[in-house]
Amino acid sequence: MPDKLPVSIVTGFLGSGKTTLLSALLRHPAMGETAVIVNELGEVGIDHHLLRRVDERTVLLPSGCLCCSLRGDLADELRDLLSRRTRGEIPPFRRVVLETTGLADPAPIVNTLLAEPVVKHHYEPERVIATVDAVHGLRQPESVKQAAAADRLVVTKTDLADAGELEARLRALNPAAEILEVSFGEVDPELVFGGNAPDLREPVPEVRHAHDGVVAHSLLFDEPLDWTAFGIWLTMLLQARGNEILRVKGLLDVGGEGPLLLNAVQHVVHPPEHLEAWPDEDRRSRIVFIGRNLAEQPLRASLAAFNRLGGAA
Amino acid sequence: MCSLCGVLLSDHWAEGEGGRRARLFRVALLNRVLDHFGLSLGDWSGRVYVLRDRTGRAVVVDNLGAVWAEAERLLGRRLDPLDPELVAALA
Repeated sequence: MPDKLPVSIVTGFLGSGKTTLLSALLRHPAMGETAVIVNELGEVGIDHHLLRRVDERTVLLPSGCLCCSLRGDLADELRDLLSRRTRGEIPPFRRVVLETTGLADPAPIVNTLLAEPVVKHHYEPERVIATVDAVHGLRQPESVKQAAAADRLVVTKTDLADAGELEARLRALNPAAEILEVSFGEVDPELVFGGNAPDLREPVPEVRHAHDGVVAHSLLFDEPLDWTAFGIWLTMLLQARGNEILRVKGLLDVGGEGPLLLNAVQHVVHPPEHLEAWPDEDRRSRIVFIGRNLAEQPLRASLAAFNRLGGAA
Repeated sequence: MCSLCGVLLSDHWAEGEGGRRARLFRVALLNRVLDHFGLSLGDWSGRVYVLRDRTGRAVVVDNLGAVWAEAERLLGRRLDPLDPELVAALA
């Protein structure tokens, strides 16, 4: 089967600089073979006019929010892009970038990419990129969800406000994401879309700022994790607390040569990926949990108890 | 789709590897947890699971994710893995 086409999601609250970032990225030579899907709220699309450079590969989804009402439309559009590419109606593309509305929750979008039968056969989620502007920060629950789901956090408008405090808050909220400071969208696409295994070595800062009650915990485990027990535990946890858990990301020692990369956005879990090697000498499993009403000790005790079941069976 | 039986095979993220042996191991571990709630799980031909409560009610479930959803439905309450009573019972 040919390689799947990566789909990256650019999200971020209203006015936080998604389109500015995307427009600038698309001018970069390395981004030439990119198809863009823009989703906007409101009857009249505006943002897609700013993305004219990739005209025929830019698709504007109808009015409505992608995360709620238009998942079918997204799947249709992704299938249609493939068909039009095969028929030679549009230039080839090697990546799709999806710009969400400012109010979108990225989790159902990731779910569409992972679960829709035709889409998942041809596409795979690449990165979730969330813009947060240095002037307004994380004021809305939607922007907290978006930041928690992100693999890359792009702090925008740093020419207008000092981003230091916001970046500390973002680091506390989502220790699994890399933070990039960007003005006027000027950034190397490799920094936004590229990269390898997440570096989860950094401990979560001691000062945890609650955003809408959201906290992050970073857990380390000395013992290898039994994969079967872990799967049972996490599926049970996501069933019971799926609405409270915004993100789980981890590198797990399940006994292989390299770690298993785990990535979940709310209750949507990416297929786990075996990595060839650990990022450093430290081979302890490390998992970041971001959510509401989550305390570290119960998480640790519960996972340890399930893991002992696996070892004892 | 399994070409022999026509059943949609699970592509649940936690069930992708290991074959039948891993599946039976999973069922054994699940039963250690489900027993705490008065439930039990059986494997049916390596294709689906059958979840039972103590009153004899049984439901067929497709994959690991659905096990917990159906268990919660049978019991009418949330089954939280962080519940200290459950954690103590598993120790």
